[in-house]
Amino acid sequence: MQIQLNGEAHCLQDGAHISDLIEQLGFTGKRIAVELNMEIIPRSEHPSTTLNDGDQVEVVHAIGGG
Amino acid sequence: MSQLQNDALVIAGKSYNSRLLVGTGKYKDLEETGRAIEASGAEIVTVAVRRTNIGQNPGEPNLLEVVSPDKYTILPNTAGCYTADDAVRTCRLARELLDGHNLVKLEVLGDQKTLYPNMVETIKATETLVKDGFDVMVYCNDDPIVAKQLEEMGCVAVMPLGSLIGSGLGILNPHNIRIIMESANVPILVDAGVGTASDAAIAMEMGCEGVLMNTAIAAAGDPILMASAMKKAIESGREAFLAGRMPRKKYASASSPMEGTIV
Repeated sequence: MQIQLNGEAHCLQDGAHISDLIEQLGFTGKRIAVELNMEIIPRSEHPSTTLNDGDQVEVVHAIGGG
Repeated sequence: MSQLQNDALVIAGKSYNSRLLVGTGKYKDLEETGRAIEASGAEIVTVAVRRTNIGQNPGEPNLLEVVSPDKYTILPNTAGCYTADDAVRTCRLARELLDGHNLVKLEVLGDQKTLYPNMVETIKATETLVKDGFDVMVYCNDDPIVAKQLEEMGCVAVMPLGSLIGSGLGILNPHNIRIIMESANVPILVDAGVGTASDAAIAMEMGCEGVLMNTAIAAAGDPILMASAMKKAIESGREAFLAGRMPRKKYASASSPMEGTIV
């Protein structure tokens, strides 16, 4: 299936959970926050939240800013 | 000095010894960021929230590993947001990112050239965020009426600009900042515009509760040294404010006694 990850097309195996995506991106254990179709998904729900074709996913982190 | 020992900056019920708040943008690398923040003595440190494909190479340490939430109060900002909706969304992501931490710096910008705050959108965002349980430190223009409204809406600190973000022009309208402070019941901090140490000292001498800056340190020739200069400027400005300056006089007043001169 294909999702929109941070505004770009991203391929993922069918039935993948958010935690699978995080692992694929190499962010496991990192300080990130995830939004799925404009809703924040708390970290504790990443393993149980299934992604679907066409989902809009945002993965954010903190960077330098004033 | 006894007065200063109890002179904490209190924001949303938490006490801070440092009245200098610093940003983490525009540094050469994370190492310089960490050293500058250390030298500044700041306890509240702002960060931006961005997509993970922006601003990070794989394997590079994360900003929050250098500026640890265990050591600093992290103040996520909404920089880059031009609408209330985007700012609220960013704050909610920041809260998730920081494990439920509620303190945010709200800034909703008007245009890219001036980065001047859009106060209509800022007020809309404030309303939602306060209702949603956020402790909002709000970046705003130096309009005393708007500043009062933001306080009444429940902001925990009101932060008028000294001058445009990143301009280094100093405090262009000290009179307005004074009017804002006169009736304020929450801390008033100057946010944006400080260019060098004297600008920070002036803000503190006027009675501001603190100063938030980024570019003045990060864009200095030697950011670490400037961070140290800013720390001292904030402290000396605060002490001068507490000490109470002498009145301004039109004519001279001799410091040495007139009696006993040999002429």
